[in-house]
Amino acid sequence: MPILSYLVLPQDGAMDQLCSDLSSMEYCEIIPADNQEVVVLVTDTPDDKVEETLQETLKNLPSLQSFSMTYGHNAV
Amino acid sequence: MPYNKQGEKEDNMKLNRRSFIKSAAAGSAIAAAGSIFPGISFANWKEQTGSAGQITWKKAPCRFCGTGCGVLVGVSGDRAVAVKGDPNCSVNKGLCCVKGFHVVQALYGKDRLRTAKVRRGGKMVEVPVSEALDIIAAKMKQTIKETGKDSVAMYGSGQWTIPDGYVASKLFKGCIGTNNVEANARLCMASAVTGFLTSFGTDEPMGCYEDIEHADVFVTWGNNMAEMHPVLFSRMLASRKRRGNVEIIDLATRSTRSSQASDKSILFKPNTDLAVANAICYEIIRNDWVNWDFVKKHTTFHKGKTNIGYGTEDHFKFKDAPEDISFEEYKEFLSDYTPKKVEKISGVSARDIKYLASLYGDPSKKCTSFWCMGMNQHVRGTWINNLVYNIHLLTGKISTPGNSPFSLTGQPSACGTVREVGTLTHKLPHGVVMKEAHRKMAAEIWDVPLTNIDPKPTYHTVEMFRALDRGDIRFIWIQVTNPMITMPNLTRYRNGALKDDRFIVVSDVYPTPTTDVADVVLPAAMWVEQEGMYGNSERRTQHFDRIVPGPGETMSDTWQIIEVARRLGYEKQFPWGEDEYIGKIWEEYRRFHDSPKHNMAPYDVLKKRSGVQWPFVDGKETRWRFNSKYDPACKPGSEFDFYGKKDGKAWIWARPYEPAAESPDDEYDFWLNTGRVIEHWHTGTMTRRVPVLHRAVPESYVEIHPEDAMNLGVTNGEMVKIISRRGEVTMKASIDGRGKPPRGMVFVPFFDESYKINEVTLDAFCPISKQPDYKKCAVRLEKA
Repeated sequence: MPILSYLVLPQDGAMDQLCSDLSSMEYCEIIPADNQEVVVLVTDTPDDKVEETLQETLKNLPSLQSFSMTYGHNAV
Repeated sequence: MPYNKQGEKEDNMKLNRRSFIKSAAAGSAIAAAGSIFPGISFANWKEQTGSAGQITWKKAPCRFCGTGCGVLVGVSGDRAVAVKGDPNCSVNKGLCCVKGFHVVQALYGKDRLRTAKVRRGGKMVEVPVSEALDIIAAKMKQTIKETGKDSVAMYGSGQWTIPDGYVASKLFKGCIGTNNVEANARLCMASAVTGFLTSFGTDEPMGCYEDIEHADVFVTWGNNMAEMHPVLFSRMLASRKRRGNVEIIDLATRSTRSSQASDKSILFKPNTDLAVANAICYEIIRNDWVNWDFVKKHTTFHKGKTNIGYGTEDHFKFKDAPEDISFEEYKEFLSDYTPKKVEKISGVSARDIKYLASLYGDPSKKCTSFWCMGMNQHVRGTWINNLVYNIHLLTGKISTPGNSPFSLTGQPSACGTVREVGTLTHKLPHGVVMKEAHRKMAAEIWDVPLTNIDPKPTYHTVEMFRALDRGDIRFIWIQVTNPMITMPNLTRYRNGALKDDRFIVVSDVYPTPTTDVADVVLPAAMWVEQEGMYGNSERRTQHFDRIVPGPGETMSDTWQIIEVARRLGYEKQFPWGEDEYIGKIWEEYRRFHDSPKHNMAPYDVLKKRSGVQWPFVDGKETRWRFNSKYDPACKPGSEFDFYGKKDGKAWIWARPYEPAAESPDDEYDFWLNTGRVIEHWHTGTMTRRVPVLHRAVPESYVEIHPEDAMNLGVTNGEMVKIISRRGEVTMKASIDGRGKPPRGMVFVPFFDESYKINEVTLDAFCPISKQPDYKKCAVRLEKA
């Protein structure tokens, strides 16, 4: 049951779209910065397989420029 | 359904645990964002995480430095489990530094003091707190009877809450009748106080943190803000990034993270900031950058005594003798400080001095100067404060948004508890013990006979510990501070405390080298385990509730003092109940400041807001003092009114350059400079018990210039012995680490009690403020 957090940067001009995309995805909670184009993403998935799938989805998200992990926890 | 040991349903427990982990994950990402994107804010975090209903969030000021960041403490059950910046607090607007983000963990170290201990037969044994309080009161009575009221003393702290310091002052000065009350803010703030008093006649900054968003130029004087005041430094960087035309100049004796982030780094030789400041004033006058309208209307010129000594001997006395001088005499005095002459003294190029003067002198630029320990822990600390004020007064860049000479504080309530409540030997909550009117006010509010309050100050901090060593003081109660790490020339004062007929009481939250010398240890409530108030650097009073219970028999420092006061027979002066005492004490204390110059906010207002600035007049806070546009205490019709002085005019001082008390010579050929790192706060009592902070910087070290290290034959991490005329410490070398001293200087952080660097430092102090200089003494190095 992994819980991970990331700093996520949007493509130019795509902050609103990125927030919309991430907040509509299952297992994702977001905290957008209110004065810069940066989003904190916290993911809470039931198992490693779902986690892998979610990460692949994130990598292919058009509104997302980059994301870097800041925290990881994986235990029952 | 399975249950845990507390009878909680396991599903709920798992949910709580996962919520906690998710909160930690979010907090980690926000902390990382804060270090990468200066000024970034996540104001909506509270609502989003709070919606889960697992954690309740309550406001408090951060426990650590004097910035006064507002935090929200996440509480689950009886435990503080999370923390985040308070977006409603104007100080930090949701930001926190690495210490702030981990502050709640400091509550839960494994070795928290939970019970009282008393020394019996050479060993510390646990006793009920009530028994320990009986012993303290009995010992105080006995000591006063045998050796007089001035043989008992209280040594407190800029980490005392305002009520802690207030009841200490009331008990010792008002009831017992001794002025033996001091606080560790003497070691960090006293020169700022005497600087304000001598230049303006009244204490504390005229500006506020909002200056950061208005200033075009920042000059940091001996002040590594990137590590010591990181949230304010982030605000500076954010302002520069947003506005583009902002310049930051780091003026210091060693290169630090602040130097790296600044637009220009200028290094000066220790103690020569006095000469540099005078040279800036010389250039301002030579180029006719003086704001004559301001200077003629609002300033007068003065000089004081010179060659004033260093206080290294017991019973040292000094009293300044100010004289009026003319502008022409002041100008003549500055002729010794041409940029070329000062280049030779200070090592700062004439070009750089002229550049600094041109920034301050440019009428189109708003200038803010920041300083902290570099200028205050200085054998001429009062003078260098005066000289930086001179620069701002000559150019009229003061008391307006963005134009601010700003002394920062290092402790959360050095201003609130020590400077405002007046927990120093000469002070009262309003005014000084020497003035009858001030004693009368105190006697009336405290309901004690006027004759109880002694008109003569006794011992400032260094002299107080000398008196303990000599035996003039026999009983001392130490609260919320760790002098057996922080006193300079430490060996003398530790040996003094250990003498057989001395009685030491220590109230603290963890075992320290100071509890090691105690005869009685009282377990104290910490931070949000009690209700209280702090006062930060910008005249902001910050209330916090008791948010979680303290462990074991812990008790607030205020309540400890009240319990002892009642045992001494002062029930009438300390009548309050445990459910009301903080509010009652605040409203009594507020009577001392009932004027437009210093009015404090009522208790119910403090409880609601994330801090309120004084003077608080007609429901409004005062952002900039001495400017009639903002400050209701100014005379009507005056543009500026420096009302601390009788004529409403600020003083420009002719103060010369004089060298440090001890400089390198053939035998001891290095400067020793001491200070802090971002991860640890003061002596590390709290931060070294936070695993992530401890792991980040697990031990202290000595920074050495690479060429000096090469000459010693030392490589990074090898052991170096630092030897002074007073003691020696052996520790690891740090070469090209985060701080880089120039050749001939070493720097040691003092947070690590395993390396008592203050056994090496010198107990010289500013003769006016009596604040010791921890930044300059002479040492020699050996490869260990």
